[in-house]
Amino acid sequence: MEKPIFEKSVAGRQESYLPSIDPLLEGEAAKFTLLPPDLERKDPPLLPQLTEGEVVRHYTRLSQMNYGVDTHFYPLGSCTMKYNPKINEDAADLPGFAGLHPYQPEETVQGALALMYKLQQYLGEIAGMDAVSLQPAAGAHGEFTGLLIIMAYHESKGQHARRKVIVPDSSHGTNPATAAMAGCETVQLRSGRTGTVDLEELRRAVGHDTAALMLTNPNTLGLFEKDILEMARIVHQAGGLLYYDGANMNAIMGYARPGDMGFDVVHFNLHKTFSTPHGGGGPGAGPVGVKGFLEPFLPVPVIRRDGEEGRFFLDYDRPRSIGRVKAFYGNFSVLVKAYAYIMRMGKEGLKAASECAVLNANYLLARLAPYYQQPFPGPCKHEFVLSAKSLKQKGVRALDVAKRLLDYGFHPPTVYFPLIVEEALMIEPTETESKETLDAFAEAMAAIAREAGENPEALHEAPHSTPVTRLDETEAARKPVLRWKTTG
Amino acid sequence: MVPYLPHTQAQIEEMLRTIGADSTEELFVDIPANVRLKDGLRLPEGLSEKEVWDHMVELAEKNCHSGQYVSFLGAGSYQHYQPRAVKHILSRAEFYTAYTPYQPEVSQGILQAMFEYQTMICELTGMDAANASVYDGATAVADAALMAAEATRRKVILVSRLLHPEYRQTMRTYLLRRGLEIREIPWEDGLTSLQALEDALGGDVAGVVIQNPNFLGSIEPLALLADAVHAAGSLLIACVDPVSLGLIESPGKLGADIAVGEGQSLGLPMSFGGPYLGFMAVKENMVRRLPGRIIGKTKDNKGREGYVLTLQAREQHIRREKAASNICSNQALCALAAAVYLALMGPEGLREVGRQCRLKSGYAMSRLTEIPGVTVPFSAPVFKEFVVRTREEPKEINRRLWQAGILGGLDLSRFYPELSGHILLCVTEMRTRQDIDRLVRAWEGIGDGKTNF
Repeated sequence: MEKPIFEKSVAGRQESYLPSIDPLLEGEAAKFTLLPPDLERKDPPLLPQLTEGEVVRHYTRLSQMNYGVDTHFYPLGSCTMKYNPKINEDAADLPGFAGLHPYQPEETVQGALALMYKLQQYLGEIAGMDAVSLQPAAGAHGEFTGLLIIMAYHESKGQHARRKVIVPDSSHGTNPATAAMAGCETVQLRSGRTGTVDLEELRRAVGHDTAALMLTNPNTLGLFEKDILEMARIVHQAGGLLYYDGANMNAIMGYARPGDMGFDVVHFNLHKTFSTPHGGGGPGAGPVGVKGFLEPFLPVPVIRRDGEEGRFFLDYDRPRSIGRVKAFYGNFSVLVKAYAYIMRMGKEGLKAASECAVLNANYLLARLAPYYQQPFPGPCKHEFVLSAKSLKQKGVRALDVAKRLLDYGFHPPTVYFPLIVEEALMIEPTETESKETLDAFAEAMAAIAREAGENPEALHEAPHSTPVTRLDETEAARKPVLRWKTTG
Repeated sequence: MVPYLPHTQAQIEEMLRTIGADSTEELFVDIPANVRLKDGLRLPEGLSEKEVWDHMVELAEKNCHSGQYVSFLGAGSYQHYQPRAVKHILSRAEFYTAYTPYQPEVSQGILQAMFEYQTMICELTGMDAANASVYDGATAVADAALMAAEATRRKVILVSRLLHPEYRQTMRTYLLRRGLEIREIPWEDGLTSLQALEDALGGDVAGVVIQNPNFLGSIEPLALLADAVHAAGSLLIACVDPVSLGLIESPGKLGADIAVGEGQSLGLPMSFGGPYLGFMAVKENMVRRLPGRIIGKTKDNKGREGYVLTLQAREQHIRREKAASNICSNQALCALAAAVYLALMGPEGLREVGRQCRLKSGYAMSRLTEIPGVTVPFSAPVFKEFVVRTREEPKEINRRLWQAGILGGLDLSRFYPELSGHILLCVTEMRTRQDIDRLVRAWEGIGDGKTNF
């Protein structure tokens, strides 16, 4: 382990990164700089006092205790941990992008606005939507924006009673949490025997109070909702709208579009489908696309263009807009990366990415099916869910499988999600992983299944090879220690 | 070959045999024909990496960036000096290509870095606990207001009109749907009106949002405001500029119950408005109401210290519709950038940044007010931003400054109709005396119709 940076600090050690201030300036400034003593800070904040070299070594050593896509296979279901191309990073760092102030005159940022305008169009085309806002900062933020648009639409029709949001029991936790944030109530749909939405359940759930159905397609089991058009008909006939959670878009690019399936609103996860890095938790970007009739409700501002060839501008004059969901225009540098990715891939490349993502998932499913149970029949799309419940009688759980994988040098899949599968292992290989990597992972999973029979204890103790072993999360939550302190 | 895709044709065929399918097309049979895309996406053809690079450079060059002009524009996005080492740490792929640290055994790096970040935010703000970031300053304020309403079970949020206008707009979007009410407190002499605040406070007020320094750059008498807020049983939410907190007293010490803000000023690039860093810190009694990821310290089964995501019972993946917030992805890498910045600067370095912002702003105020017709209308102390009143139209001034290679301040009439003829200027440690003198010379020429530079 690495000592906390505060314990490395030596009082009085200090690097300086700024030139000292011009004495002429200091004298002249005196007229206006009085800071009343009660506003001046007495006790300096306890920040580390270290040389640049020591700081760099500290963080470099920390980085070495971390898995990333660049170091390990990361088959986290629903997270789309594909390779993050390096050109994207360099493009976002160009001074002409990184060095722009958001309130610069529009004439001085035409390149940035052009990029955003084109990205709006490309995303709209990929999802089959008529208009796109790039403002939301993450997928969940996009969900929130999308639901607010739906609520604003219902209210514009005088439908104030539409406050129920229907979600399948296999949905991401963000869906019901978003509904609550938008002031809605959640209605949960039980999945049918095939793992998809049960149409009868849906018919019973909809009504005059339905605001929306939130759905991923393919769903979190990696299964395509075949009856999607009928579902759309049921919801629309009841007066509700359809919301597409874009977390699983990587399965269908160029094959099918949410807009053609009857969805009215979608969000995109640029940090999943469009190859921008996850950053250890963020930043991402969660643009929202809508059908034409919802366009007036998009957040302000929207990037528009004066005619076909004219200048680009930020349109704030939108009286029916839901307002703002954050300051400025979105996580711009993430947008730059996603745009570079789309330009590199092109229409055929994006389709090939989805094709390969589905091929990889089905291949891995075929390789793993002999060792773990497959709760629902395939083919799967970009991800699949297995159950480790057959290992349970040997006292081995999905968590043990996950932890043991670390010893084999793999990041584990998502575990215990979706909630409807017992001992769930949710695996999404993505298209950028080679057959060799998939084979090595399959062999590790098979070896673990064997170990469960022969030596279950070794699995309970796993991982053995990591900087720390299993951590006491219960104690962490019971007596939270959330910051470093000088004593204790 | 398609970029980034690994398989040879022979491998694809071998994989299909293992699956038991004749073609990849067979794997898509579950997508019904009536929703299949017939003619393909109407997108451009893919480009080679070189072509993409040239295209990106070309787009970037259609913009004017901060290296090409001298900027006096702030208003929520600031140019501060980022030590070169920060970017090198952020370029560590183990950090930037990692996911949220759900598997702590292989995520101790980001977990410890975030734990240290939380500590630094607590130290700066004088609070007890911080989360590992939300989207930006605007959403941090909105989340704080929601927390205050939950904690007090009251329905009204008072907000100073001198909170960033876009933060106020974001708050509206977040709060009105939840049945909460927002009332604005007017200002006088560049500060939130204490009298108006006292008049507005009452038993229905959950929280009061004050920005400090406020949008006009003035430093608010936070302790005085805190007393009034607490006397009414309400909570004080202080939206603060973290780079000021080496020099200015911490909001915690001055009585804030929740401290939030925009962390971009800790050396993050302006990047046309994002990604930035929303930080949130609270006193002990509010810890379990904080939204977002929180890192805690614990021990492993061999007794070694380590870090985990904790208090997850507040979060969407556990609590679903009962969660404190729907946030999943946050701004972790921006939080890391802020932490590395603070570690490099240290307490003295941060104080020096603050001192230079304040002195250089003072110098600019002094020099600008030598120009006939230019005045500083408010008397409150400032940090790195201040308002000047001019005889000329701000639009015209900014146009003329731009011709001289200077990005002028914010024309305040954009957000405050009552402040037409007023400009909000920003002077950080980045500006030299020569830069400021150049601003003054270019400005001097405007009134009499000639430009002297």
